Amino acid sequence: MTRVVDTAGLDEIVRLLRAAGRTVIAPTVRDGTIVPAEIESGAELPIGWTEDQNGGYYRLAATDTPERFAFSSPSDSWKRYLHPPRTLLVRTRSTEAGIDVELPDPSAPSVALFGVRSCDLAAMHVLDQVFLDDAATDPGYAARRADAFIVAAGCAHPGNTCFCASMQTGPTPNAGYDLAVAELYDNGQHRFLIDSGSDRGANLLAEVDSRPATEADTAAAAAAHDNAVQHMGRTLSPSDPPAAAAHTDHPRWDDVAERCLACGNCTMVCPTCFCSSTQDSSGLIPGEAERWRVWDSCFTADFSSVHGGPVRSTTRSRYRQWLLHKLVTWHDQFGMSGCVGCGRCITACPVGIDLTAEIAALARSGSESGEAPNTTNATVT
Amino acid sequence: MIDRKPSLAVWKFASCDGCQLTLLDCEDELLAVAEQIDIAYFLEATRATVEGPYDVSLVEGSITTAGDMERIKEVRRQSRFLITIGACATSGGIQALRNFGDVEELMRIVYATPSFLSTLDTSTPISDHVPVDFELRGCPIDRNQLLEVISAYLAGRKPAIGEHSVCIECKQRHNTCVMVSHGTPCLGPVTHAGCGALCPTFHRGCYGCFGPAEQANVKSMSGALAQLGVSPDEIQRLFHTFNAWSEEFRNPPVQVAAPTRKTP
Ligand code: SF4
Ligand code: SF4
Ligand code: SF4
Ligand code: SF4
Repeated sequence: MTRVVDTAGLDEIVRLLRAAGRTVIAPTVRDGTIVPAEIESGAELPIGWTEDQNGGYYRLAATDTPERFAFSSPSDSWKRYLHPPRTLLVRTRSTEAGIDVELPDPSAPSVALFGVRSCDLAAMHVLDQVFLDDAATDPGYAARRADAFIVAAGCAHPGNTCFCASMQTGPTPNAGYDLAVAELYDNGQHRFLIDSGSDRGANLLAEVDSRPATEADTAAAAAAHDNAVQHMGRTLSPSDPPAAAAHTDHPRWDDVAERCLACGNCTMVCPTCFCSSTQDSSGLIPGEAERWRVWDSCFTADFSSVHGGPVRSTTRSRYRQWLLHKLVTWHDQFGMSGCVGCGRCITACPVGIDLTAEIAALARSGSESGEAPNTTNATVT
Repeated sequence: MIDRKPSLAVWKFASCDGCQLTLLDCEDELLAVAEQIDIAYFLEATRATVEGPYDVSLVEGSITTAGDMERIKEVRRQSRFLITIGACATSGGIQALRNFGDVEELMRIVYATPSFLSTLDTSTPISDHVPVDFELRGCPIDRNQLLEVISAYLAGRKPAIGEHSVCIECKQRHNTCVMVSHGTPCLGPVTHAGCGALCPTFHRGCYGCFGPAEQANVKSMSGALAQLGVSPDEIQRLFHTFNAWSEEFRNPPVQVAAPTRKTP
């Protein structure tokens, strides 16, 4: 049953999570952006902050309300807390008797991920398909994932680059959380509707001062949801990806390759991009070696290199691989879309390449390819 | 793998010594390095030298004189594995700016008695003169990358040194993008990784001191800089620093886009 707390109640949830020994990771203002990072109290949430996001563009902006969740998606995803940029896989040491093998302890420091958007919850579900596969479960991911206490937060203010409504992943969370928060701020009344999605969520909520939600509260939350759906900055038509996949020789692939820097920013910020490379380090201390897993990107040449060179030697082939994997072949591989519509790749791209515009242009036949309908920033050519 | 301790020589051509100093700067690891490798020739550190040939040579600096053109050939003859270190050795360095001008005129402006000078018209990378086995980028090089190359050599494996953009390291490090979020021009997207995104970590745009990344798209990068309001002259100057003579940065297309990105 939905409960309602005030700002003190929200802060109390942060306090209780920390008192239970968890590191609380939440959206917070840092270096001119909102990023998920450790907070020590609810006062470090982005109170009164929103942002303007567009292709290759992000600026913080002040709101005139004390809302905690008036922004859209944080500029970085939560991926690093479940699938860290660098993970030690094994350490070995040669001894008289043979080789000592030391496996890292998979248990992780206990965290609470606080204020996770619906798109990002969907992204965690996508990562689960990759790392919790029965045949090859990743022990570190499994431990971090099972432990993480998740407080979801619905979106009332989607950004210019958001399109979760198109991908059916948002804006309101409906599963995969311990607690879900909907912030309401109207007529000077500030309150948070809270639902629990697990026993540990319900137990925590029971410790906080709250009242039952009224019909007016739930109606206001439903109205906020409808309003958010109406205000998505981008759209992606479900018929476009299969149409684009049929156009592998479309001239638009050359066009996007001319703009693409192959810098990899899109893959780094994408909450579902999971690729990594394996690096061995050895040499300075005789007999000792380590193997690390490090985030990698399908935009590098090394990533597809085999004996004789890279399989995808051009930026054109790499962009095509990335886009069609996200939107098309992911379905064959994992039974769902690899894109959850968070829009981060659009914002983080230094030249503002927008996958929704690219896929729309690619879906049309090559002869009629022109400026895509929902491109709001000028593209660099 | 070699049974005896491999020997190492460090050579200097036209350079500032900063890259060689990186080896001395490996304070904590220097003893471990010296235990596994004979530092046979390293004038920066010791006058005592051992005669070649050497298993590994680290070569710093660019070729700017006729004498050095001959000396590098001798270094190559004496070296089994030759690694060039730093922007000077890998692309000609900051001194390659002379390649764009009139050297006679520069000599007259800078020196009281230019007739004492004997110099080439150009500053060129080592790889223009002799075959190079591995290039380590940076101005100066990164100590961890240097240790990685030495460790990899000792273990007989490929060094784990990516040729991708600085952006990948920047994001791994959880930095805020100065280009996207602050509007600061940053060459990270076209610059070779290796520094761990040092400058963006301190809220500065990357100056490109590691030179071009693999398949650097300088044209599109110039367009993005123009959109930030950087003038064609300034774009040219951004690329014309430590790695000005690298093929990719040599002639950046600067007249590519008018600033059209909407700003609030
Ligand atoms: S592809 Fe882009 S919009 Fe889709 S989930 Fe990844 S970062 Fe978000
Ligand atoms: S699409 Fe944009 S962010 Fe991605 S690699 Fe290309 S330039 Fe970089
Ligand atoms: S700050 Fe520079 S190096 Fe870092 S992601 Fe942005 S463009 Fe790339
Ligand atoms: S960020 Fe760029 S300029 Fe700064 S150290 Fe790294 S490569 Fe050099």
